Amino acid sequence: MTDAPLHLEQPGWRSTLRLAFANRSFMIGFVITALVAAMALVSYVWTPYDVTHLIVADRMKGLSAQHPFGTDHFGRDILSMIMVGARNSIAVAVVAVAVGMGIGVPLGCWAAARGGWVDETLMRFNDVVFAFPALLSAVMITAIFGPGAVNAIIAIGIFNIPVFARVARAGALSLWPREYVLAARAAGKGKTLITIEHILPNIASILLVQGTIQFALGILAEAGLSYLGLGAQPPMPSWGRMLFDAQTRMMVAPHLAIFPGLAIVITVLGLNLLGDGLRDVLDPRLRRQR
Amino acid sequence: MIAFLSKRLGIGLVTLLVASAVVFFVLEILPGDPALLMLGMNATPEALASMREQMGLNDPVLVRYFSWIGGMLVGDFGRSFTYSSPVIDLIAERVVVSLPLAIISLILSTAIAIPVGIFAAARRGRMGDTVSMGVAQVGVAIPNFWFALLLVYVFAVWLRLLPSGGFPGWGAGVWPGLKALILPAIALALPQAAILARVTRSAMLEVLGEDYIRTARAKGMPRRYVLWRHALRNAMIPVLTIMGLQFAFLLAGTIIIENVFYLPGLGRLVFQAITQRDLIVVEGVIMLLVASVVVVNLVVDILYAVVDPRLRVSA
Repeated sequence: MTDAPLHLEQPGWRSTLRLAFANRSFMIGFVITALVAAMALVSYVWTPYDVTHLIVADRMKGLSAQHPFGTDHFGRDILSMIMVGARNSIAVAVVAVAVGMGIGVPLGCWAAARGGWVDETLMRFNDVVFAFPALLSAVMITAIFGPGAVNAIIAIGIFNIPVFARVARAGALSLWPREYVLAARAAGKGKTLITIEHILPNIASILLVQGTIQFALGILAEAGLSYLGLGAQPPMPSWGRMLFDAQTRMMVAPHLAIFPGLAIVITVLGLNLLGDGLRDVLDPRLRRQR
Repeated sequence: MIAFLSKRLGIGLVTLLVASAVVFFVLEILPGDPALLMLGMNATPEALASMREQMGLNDPVLVRYFSWIGGMLVGDFGRSFTYSSPVIDLIAERVVVSLPLAIISLILSTAIAIPVGIFAAARRGRMGDTVSMGVAQVGVAIPNFWFALLLVYVFAVWLRLLPSGGFPGWGAGVWPGLKALILPAIALALPQAAILARVTRSAMLEVLGEDYIRTARAKGMPRRYVLWRHALRNAMIPVLTIMGLQFAFLLAGTIIIENVFYLPGLGRLVFQAITQRDLIVVEGVIMLLVASVVVVNLVVDILYAVVDPRLRVSA
């Protein structure tokens, strides 16, 4: 991971791909993330059992060949519920990242391009959002506007905005004094066009890395909200909700808590590894420091 | 230095002011009449009108906003209608649970993370580094409330060493109180320690590459001394930044952990207040938390100057 040679020339996508395959974090993260995503997709067409079908006679069964992860207090198959729950976690986190990027990146680029009072005002507003207890505010938003996946997305997405704004601004600020940007300005291009043609492609990689990190944080945040009963509503299974249901039944059936938790840990771990790997692959300068 | 701190203080005050406006006006535009929520659906119009008058809901919005801020400045956070007691008393009751919990967690996470981070940086690329950073990588991915459930299962259900939840109050003695906070503090601290250890390691690695470290080693200074005295002090800035963020998170972010352990802290207070639409309590607690974030940031800024003399003159 650290002993790969330092590439001095601008790597093309072919050599980037080769670097990616050689990077252990990236490969492990990529495989885990792909498996979780595949699991969520498969759940649309097939699950071992129907998660809306309650068989009370089979409730809280331990691990067996029929139910590899056991059953819950309604006799539902835990493995099937985890598969369906993955949809919800991924959907909420992905859309929350999209919300954060879609609003944050233009704001950050605008602040960097304009400077002056626009920059100052936007960054102060960023400070205010950062000072808010994010989780608490997300709880407030979902509790007041009603629990559910859409409000969870909004609640998590709002706090992604300043993160992306800050990253985009920092990246853009370092690019504006570059020669090729100066050349574009001298050629009479406007700031918006320069931002689209020169700034955005060059900050895309740091945004991608940040996106992966926020994706992982979004999964954790969604699990927390669902645990409090503020995320996806039953009968839609969600990992956080499964942990909440498990809590009071820990004495008799600890497996109820183990598997949904492992699903969260593995997914988040995969995304974090993917993010670390991406950073190494896309920015060779950073690799030396790690 | 004075100029720098007064600028930071100014920014902090502006943050507080903007935050108060956001909190107040967002809660203001919410659907639902607080008076109706208080009295229930069957309230007569007369009772409703007198309740609205009593709650001051008939005053213009700006008047209510400024009287709310003015009140907070002199320690009057208003009166909760569901608890029928002053908000400041409710907060005081709960802070004695949340604050010790946050402090214990921070101490625990720092005590674990900094030695581990230094150890990993010193043995970079070797077994110890790979293993400790692998564990940290997993630690970052663990939701603290799930970790809390596992701790409850092992230490409360299985080993029966510690209580699974609830808080006896400090009146019952220091030890019973502390005992109730041990598991929640560990649950909060370990995922935080994983993050902090990673930050410490990368900050140390950056410093260890510097010329003055090589000079110190070349002079024949013991490795341990160079690590702890020369390197750590220079690596403290990013570490302090993350610690500041984590302490702020610990104060507010305990909302889920307090629910896991049924602890009567600020998180549970605000969670119940939200579900009961007791908005004055919600507003008060959020402002208190925003204020503590601002204060923590200021303290971190001062600490920057303490560890790095260069910052005392410049900036």
